[in-house]
Amino acid sequence: MSAEQLAELSDLFVVAAVLLYVVAMVGFAIELAFGRARPGVAARSAGGALGARKPVAVGAPAGDGAPGRDAVTGLPGDHVDAGGDATAPASGGDVAAAGDDGAPPSRAAVRAGTAALALAWLGWAANLGAIATRGLAVDRWPWGNMYEFVVAICFAAVTAFLVTQLRANVRFLGSFVMVTVALGLGLAVKAFYTTAGPVVPALDSYWIAIHVSAAIVASGLFTIAGVSGVLYLLRGDGLSRLPARADLERVAHRAIVFAFPVWTFAVIAGALWADRAWGRYWGWDPKEVWAFITWVAYAAYLHARVTAGWRGRSATIVQLVAFGCLLFNLIGVNIFFEGLHSYADVD
Amino acid sequence: MSVQELEKPRSPKPAGFGPVGWLRWGWRTLTSMRTALILLFLLALGSVPGSVVPQRGVEPDKVAAIYEQDPALAEWYDRFQLFEVFTSTWFAAVYLLLFTSLIGCIVPRTATYLRELRRKPPAAPKRPSRLPHSATFDGDLTVEQAARRLRRMRFRVATGDGWVSAEKGFLRETGNLFFHVALLGILVAIGAGSLFGYRGNVLVVEDDGFANTVAAYDRFMPGSQVSAESLEPFSFQLADLKVSYQVTGDRKGQVLDYSARLKVNDSPEAPARDYELKVNEPLDVGGTQTYLIGNGYAPVFRVTDGKGQVAFEGPVPCLIEDKATMTSGCVVKAPDAQPEQLGFLLRFLPTSVPLTDGSHVSAFPGELNPEVQLLGAFSGDLGVRSGRPQSVYELAPPEVMKKLNPLLMASDTPKPLAVGQSVDLPGGVGKIEFTGVKEWITLQTAYDPGRLPALVAGGTAVVAIALSLMIRRRRVFVRIEGGKVEVGGLTRTEGSAAGFAEEFADIVKDLSAGEKDVR
Repeated sequence: MSAEQLAELSDLFVVAAVLLYVVAMVGFAIELAFGRARPGVAARSAGGALGARKPVAVGAPAGDGAPGRDAVTGLPGDHVDAGGDATAPASGGDVAAAGDDGAPPSRAAVRAGTAALALAWLGWAANLGAIATRGLAVDRWPWGNMYEFVVAICFAAVTAFLVTQLRANVRFLGSFVMVTVALGLGLAVKAFYTTAGPVVPALDSYWIAIHVSAAIVASGLFTIAGVSGVLYLLRGDGLSRLPARADLERVAHRAIVFAFPVWTFAVIAGALWADRAWGRYWGWDPKEVWAFITWVAYAAYLHARVTAGWRGRSATIVQLVAFGCLLFNLIGVNIFFEGLHSYADVD
Repeated sequence: MSVQELEKPRSPKPAGFGPVGWLRWGWRTLTSMRTALILLFLLALGSVPGSVVPQRGVEPDKVAAIYEQDPALAEWYDRFQLFEVFTSTWFAAVYLLLFTSLIGCIVPRTATYLRELRRKPPAAPKRPSRLPHSATFDGDLTVEQAARRLRRMRFRVATGDGWVSAEKGFLRETGNLFFHVALLGILVAIGAGSLFGYRGNVLVVEDDGFANTVAAYDRFMPGSQVSAESLEPFSFQLADLKVSYQVTGDRKGQVLDYSARLKVNDSPEAPARDYELKVNEPLDVGGTQTYLIGNGYAPVFRVTDGKGQVAFEGPVPCLIEDKATMTSGCVVKAPDAQPEQLGFLLRFLPTSVPLTDGSHVSAFPGELNPEVQLLGAFSGDLGVRSGRPQSVYELAPPEVMKKLNPLLMASDTPKPLAVGQSVDLPGGVGKIEFTGVKEWITLQTAYDPGRLPALVAGGTAVVAIALSLMIRRRRVFVRIEGGKVEVGGLTRTEGSAAGFAEEFADIVKDLSAGEKDVR
């Protein structure tokens, strides 16, 4: 296949991914809507889908170790104590699907969720196909401009969601992740689209594989955390069909715990590359400034989460501010500032 | 200052204690997590103007432009050191306080950590089965066997009468402490680099050379501890610059590759060696790095004056006016011309094509059909010898320009000159000849002794933060009573229970495996 054909195929794959993500979103939404409403705080699950295959009784408070000091119960205005609810076995960290809370959920709802998951995997494959064919078409790492970068971040976010889903049930996040990535890909196509082609010499380095890939992985994980954070704030403490706050908090925290070292690595790898390309490892280029701000903001989240009076809502707000910084660094800096990182190729 | 630190008692109110009490209160407030958090926010917030307002160290020309357009605003920016946010006193205040707070936090924590390292795990509770993770099974496991198996799983183990307690995951705190120390290391490395390092920019035309001395730089930015003698004494000559461009498709004209062929002498005595300088591949001589950061055209001109003598001959580096086509503006000054000094404004078109209206533009950045358009020729005192500094990219300051005598304007010479062509000036005052094309490169030379320490500290930070966030502290207790084995486990790291459930199950499996397992 010629490079042009591959590039066209890549564009088709992106469209296919958007469509699949949208349909998957609907499926996940049906599952949520026809599932049972859940209380605001308590995290419950169907008895350790993950830990309990060994002969171990995992009936214990969700936050092991220090019940009452866990983030779950540390929320201001909590009325339900997860630890005190002995009848609902919870294997910590293992979060429940909407229907698992006791009363059997509607069959059709569960089926919609399962179908949505399959479609999400298909969309993921299309997204992967889009990246791979683009890479083959241009014969370089396919994240040399903002369009390619956003497509890759969406892929990373979906990967993070689906891989987590393999380990623990996080289907409740499905529709929100899907709508985010569908919008992300749509934005990439509508606003940032760049025809396949070579990059400027400064980007032609093996460092792009290291630095940008790390940034993409971290951004994908931060996106999952951001989606959870927004839901956390939207949802009150009471009964709601939206996922439980504790579940959202936990998913967000895990995602950031994974993403933060990766982001740290991305920044430092960027410094190494800058040292190769521009003659200094850190020069306060706008992109560097905002990467630093993002890093500090996520560090603040990690600290806020263990500071009395800052957990829960406040920490979530910090997290979302950090996510805002990340998005601004990704999009705003490319558009508003002129710097050495101006590779976005956005007209 | 750590991810593990939980509620700290609030600092007591400073009511009525003496200076020592105030100091203690101040120190406790400074080192509290809440203060650290606020300082982190301030650090992030304080960085924002660094990306909004142009910085002197990054974009000096933009700073100058603000001074020109809005002196009052520039004055205010300067008052708050907004042109150099990252070296400003207020920014330094924030990060120094933050790092003091950090030190105040990690020193006592290191002490605690070292104490904990030496302490044995606590005795097992009476009923391990009441712990968050637990299992009970029947078997003839002895305390020694259990201890041995747990040790094999790299637990720290203590035993007692009918019980074993085991602990693991100290690397978490190790990572945490190392991470914060590494951040201090990065700060120190950056500081050392700015004191003992230097940066310089220089423009070199093909066939010209450069020797690493302070005088040779167009712009030299030394650290305060750098002396002129400490510069690495290398030199090189630019033999050739090759730039390749995309020639077809949407991205026609995009640069694909730069490559500058240098002849390098590592020291005055050393023999010349060839080096191919490329973007992302700097020249390294004894830790001093030279980078290719820009390129452009330097057409060669010969100016003959009214007396028939050559008043100027050589390449003239031109400023790029349009990056996509490399249309460049050139200034030729011939202050030696007789009877009057001559000056020329020209436009260089690397690939000149005629438009239907008779004008010419450059259609491609590569040098396919190089031509020069004469925009103006002037005679009169250019003010070069006035003693005032002048830009080589400007014929003369506006007040001098007004006094010059225009000889030719663009409309007089609509057809651009090809290589070898010349224009005679009216009145026999001389002529200008376009004799060839060379290219120039801009280089940045940087010496930063803090590079390697910063790299080591940065690498440590990455590894340490990963350890600190991924590893969980966990304890496992075993009680054996009359053939009944009770195992309990807990993690001391919140949010990590999911993974521990699996690990705990494996531990229980290993412990209950019976005799055949004992090796």
